[in-house]
Amino acid sequence: MKHVDEYRDAEAVARLAGAIAAATTRPWTIMEICGGQTHAIMRFGLDQLLPREITLVHGPGCPVCVTPEAYIDKALEIAAMPSVIFCSFGDMLRVPGARGDLLGVKARGGDIRIVYSPLDAVEIARANPGREVVFFAVGFETTAPANAMAAHKARSEGVKNFSLLVSQVLVPPAMEALLSAPDTRVQGFLAAGHVCTIMGTEAYGPIAARYRVPVVITGFEPVDILAGILACVQALEEDRHEAINMYARMVRPEGNLPARTLIDEVFEIADREWRGLGVLPSSGLALRPAYSALDAERRFGAAENAATAPSICISGDILRGVCSPLQCPAFGGACTPEHPLGVTMVSSEGACAAYYRYRGATRLAGD
Amino acid sequence: MCLAVPGCILSTSGEDFSRMGRVDFGGIVRQINLAFTPEARVGDYVLVHVGVAIATIDEAEAERVFAALESLGEAGGAA
Ligand code: SF4
Repeated sequence: MKHVDEYRDAEAVARLAGAIAAATTRPWTIMEICGGQTHAIMRFGLDQLLPREITLVHGPGCPVCVTPEAYIDKALEIAAMPSVIFCSFGDMLRVPGARGDLLGVKARGGDIRIVYSPLDAVEIARANPGREVVFFAVGFETTAPANAMAAHKARSEGVKNFSLLVSQVLVPPAMEALLSAPDTRVQGFLAAGHVCTIMGTEAYGPIAARYRVPVVITGFEPVDILAGILACVQALEEDRHEAINMYARMVRPEGNLPARTLIDEVFEIADREWRGLGVLPSSGLALRPAYSALDAERRFGAAENAATAPSICISGDILRGVCSPLQCPAFGGACTPEHPLGVTMVSSEGACAAYYRYRGATRLAGD
Repeated sequence: MCLAVPGCILSTSGEDFSRMGRVDFGGIVRQINLAFTPEARVGDYVLVHVGVAIATIDEAEAERVFAALESLGEAGGAA
């Protein structure tokens, strides 16, 4: 497929790997923010093409992983109501809350439907006027335009039985939180390309300057990721702390203005809790007052923080890039994708699942 | 979750928030909302996430990626 296959070309990948090795003179630790990139790095074995000096650590960029338990519990409660059709992206169904997961609610008769788009959930509401249709609106900036469009359509077209359970988070505040932590190892960032497609590049220059880290806006295919790492290494070696856009075919400096305009009409910036990182100020989106009638938390009660049971799971440290999945005693033993103990094993974009799926054999050979 | 896939626009219809298009993803054709890519025309490639096009792919910038790779190759060959 055009705009995919050519970015997986083996010769181009080898050429970039050679250039990274030639550019590297010292050890560097680089974080890829986005779980989609983590998945691609493991799937294509890109980390194994890098010189020994380069360490990739994996960031919190997996919305499935960082959705707080309180929202999962609220989703379970709403989805179990007989009057409700609960719509969600498929990857949220196995995320554990305090009392099970959405798949369990579905098995007990809850009407839970996996949708491809939030707009499909609006159509389900239109087709079922006697039922309450709730969409689990999780995601980063990339998903915000579709969620905003669903809210806008429901409101302007009078679809009154539709609401959104919103857990929308923003990437730049999480980067700042990671960089402010005393135990941070991150010296350079690969920023999430599709987030920047929406929001543009303006947030990253100030972060790069303030924390003295290069921030390289990077795509998702092997050539994109290696070109991003090369640009990051070159900037680190030359002591340049700037934002660099290596994904210009998708990312304009201003982002997508029509999408940003609608996001801004529907949502306002709010404090949000991130699983693993805690509450980060101004790190998410909430529905504006004009859209509050569409807020599932108003219709069905607010999500409340539950006490989390103690666990051997270290996914919080993994989401902060402080630990690798291989440091978890449960990895591959008590915790597998079939029986996940934590979110980073549930989501296919979580670091634990990516390591398990693509590195299981390596781990066994090394044991 | 931020997975987005490029596809080629086959046809468009509607306006504003209801601007839709048939988009071909390597043989699979889906109806996609094109409201956020008002500049995209039939034959253009758009980047699609959860049923909504979020960018029109800039072909000139795509070519520059491979032009840069070529020059890397020359440098590598000379070394
Ligand atoms: S392997 Fe399982 S238990 Fe260990 S950190 Fe990952 S998700 Fe948690």
